[in-house]
Amino acid sequence: MTTVQETIVLRGHIIDSLILAKVLDLILTMGGAFDLDQVEIGRTREDQSYARIVVRAPTVATLTHILRAIQPHGAVVERDTDCVLQPAPADGVFPEAFYSTTHLPTDVRLNGAWIDVEGVEMDLGIKVDSRRLTAKTVPMADVREGDLIVTGQAGVRVMPLQRPRERDVFAFMESKVSAERPHGHVIADIARRMRALRDEHRAGGARAKVLLAGGPAIIHAGGRDALTWLIEEGFIQVLFCGNALAAHDMEADLYGTSLGYALNAGRAVPHGHAHHLRTINRIRAIGSIRAAVETGVIKSGIMAACIRTGAELVMAGTIRDDGPLPGVITDSMRAQAAMRAAIPGVGLALLVASTLHAVATGNLLPASVPTVCVDINASVPTKLADRGSFQAVGLVMDAASFLGELSRNLGRSV
Amino acid sequence: MSRLLVCPPDYFAVEYEINPWMRRANIVDHERATTQWHRLMEVLEQKMGATLERMRPVPGLPDLVFTANAGVVVGRKAVVSRFRYPERQREEAHFEQWFRAAGYEIVTFDQEFFFEGAGDLLGFPEYWFGGYRQRSEARAFSLLSEYFSREILPLELVDGRFYHLDTCLCPLSGGELLYYPPAFDSYGQQAILERVNEDRRLTVPEEEALKFACNAVCVGTRVALPEDCPATMHRLQERGYQVHPVPLDEFMKSGGSAKCLTLALD
Repeated sequence: MTTVQETIVLRGHIIDSLILAKVLDLILTMGGAFDLDQVEIGRTREDQSYARIVVRAPTVATLTHILRAIQPHGAVVERDTDCVLQPAPADGVFPEAFYSTTHLPTDVRLNGAWIDVEGVEMDLGIKVDSRRLTAKTVPMADVREGDLIVTGQAGVRVMPLQRPRERDVFAFMESKVSAERPHGHVIADIARRMRALRDEHRAGGARAKVLLAGGPAIIHAGGRDALTWLIEEGFIQVLFCGNALAAHDMEADLYGTSLGYALNAGRAVPHGHAHHLRTINRIRAIGSIRAAVETGVIKSGIMAACIRTGAELVMAGTIRDDGPLPGVITDSMRAQAAMRAAIPGVGLALLVASTLHAVATGNLLPASVPTVCVDINASVPTKLADRGSFQAVGLVMDAASFLGELSRNLGRSV
Repeated sequence: MSRLLVCPPDYFAVEYEINPWMRRANIVDHERATTQWHRLMEVLEQKMGATLERMRPVPGLPDLVFTANAGVVVGRKAVVSRFRYPERQREEAHFEQWFRAAGYEIVTFDQEFFFEGAGDLLGFPEYWFGGYRQRSEARAFSLLSEYFSREILPLELVDGRFYHLDTCLCPLSGGELLYYPPAFDSYGQQAILERVNEDRRLTVPEEEALKFACNAVCVGTRVALPEDCPATMHRLQERGYQVHPVPLDEFMKSGGSAKCLTLALD
C-alpha cells in the first residue's frame, strides 16, 4: 500500500485527559495508521507530556480529513522545511553541522518534496545532488570539497522500522541475548527464511541474497563442511571474511589441518604450525584463489565453493595477517567500500564467530535487514543487538554447532 | 476571603446570537435583570462573605457583565481572554485595562489561541480542567499549564448549549465535582471518572443542567446557584453546603448564570 504521511505533535496533559488516546483512535477509525515517533511522559503531575506522531493514510484526501479532525484536540502539524545544505569545506571533511545518518530508511526534503536517501547506513553523511534532486549517504572519507551535505535536523525524517510481516523469531525480538535460550526454533526460523530467500533469489528477487560474515573459528571448530555445503547449495551468496578464514580453509584442503592441528585427529602434526604460511605462500605463487581453484590445486572447501558458485567474496585484511593471501584488501577504507558495495540486495545477514567482521558488517547494514549474530562469547551478539534493530537475533553458541544444525535444517544429511 | 470581579448589567441585552441560548427576539427585561443581578450581589456579599470588585460597564458591550470571561487570575498575574467571536473581542481591552489598573501583571504569550478565561478554565488547587472545542482552543491549555506549572486536563465540550466549561462543570471547595457528563465526549467523561473519586462526583440531571445548575459560585461551604434546581440543591446540602438559589433567568437569555457573572480574583 502506498501511503502519504504527515508528522504531528501533541503537547500538554495528554495522557490522563485521554487526549492522546482520542487522537490515536481518531486516526485509526478514519482509515489512517500511525507510528509513535517519540513519546515523553511528564514525570510529575505538572510536567507536560509530548508525543510526536507520524500519521499515515492511503490517500491525500484521507490524510487531510484526519489532520482536520485531530487539530482541534491540539495536534499541530510539524512545519516542514527543506533540508539545509552546506558545501563540504575540503576533501574528506563534512561541514561542521553535518547530519549523521542512522541505519533506518531516511528522507530529505528538497524544493518542497521528500526524496529517499539512497544507501541506508549509519554514521555517514548525506550528499545531495540538487540538480538531479537525488540524495545518497556518503562516508566521510569519500566526500569531496564542495559536495552539498545535509546539515542539522531540519528537513530530514527517519522512517521507523515496520514490524516484519512474518511471524517468526525476527518479529518477536527483544534486544536480549542469552546463552540459556533454546536455539532449535531460532535456527529453524533462520533456515525457513534462507529457503524462501534462495527461491526468491533464483527467481530474480531483488533483496534475496544471504550474507555470511565469518571468522576462522568456523574452521577450527569444525564448521567448514557445513558452510561449504551451504554455499554449494546456493543458500549463501555473499561471504565477508579475513585472511585467516580463507587461509585455514585452504590449509585444511591442502594439509588436512587448521593452524597445524589435524582436523580429524585433533592433535598437532609435526611442523603443522607452518601449514597456513605454506598455504598462503602457495596461493601467492599461483596468483589468486580463483586460479588455485580453477587449476585444481584447491579442490574443496569454502573458497572453492565460492569460486564455483560465483558467490561474492570480500576479504578484509588486519594488522596481524600473515601474507596476506592475494585478494585480501589491506587498505581498511578500501575494504569497507568493497563490503559496502556488496550490501545492496542482501536480505539476511549471518555474522558468525568474528567480533571484527560482525561489528564491521553490522555497521554497514540497514536496520531492515534481518541479522543473526552467532558467537560463543555473549558480548558480541549483545553489542550487535544494542544497535536498536528489532530484527537482530543473537545466539550464544559455537560456530560449528550453529552451521551444522542450520545445514541439517536445510536438508544436509550427515 | 474571596474577591470577585463583577460588572453591573447597565448595558446588558441580547444584541447578537453567538450561542444557542441567544435569541435577539427574546428581549431582556432590563429592570428585572438589574434586580436579579443585585440580588446575586447581595447573596455573594452578605450571605457568602465575598468581597466584590465592580468594574465600570461600557455601552455597546452587553456581555461585559459576564466577567468570568475576562481572563484568569493566578496570584498577581492575569491572562486576558482572547475571544473567539468578534462580538466579544471588543471586551478584551476593557478587561485588560481593569487588570492593569488593579495592579495585576498581564501575561502574554508568543502564540495566541482563543481562550475565554475562567469560563473555560477551572479546577481544584492541585489541578485544573480546561474546556475546549466550543470557544477556547486545546492548545491554549498547554501554554497556560507550562506558564503556571499546573496540570490542566483538557476536556472536549460536545454540546453547543454547554459552550463554556463553567456551564457544565463546577469544582467545589470540599473537593467534590458538580458536573453534567453528557456535555463532554466519552474520553472527557472517562478522564473525569479516572481522576475524581466516585463519592466526590455530583452529577446534575439534564433538566437542571439546562437551567445551568453547574454555573454555581462556591465560596467556602456556601454555594450560589440559579433557582429551581431542587435535585442539585439537595445533593449539595447532603454534602454539607449551604445553598443560595437566586433567580437569574434574565441572564439565561444570553446563556449565562451565577458563575458567568463573577470572576474569582484570588
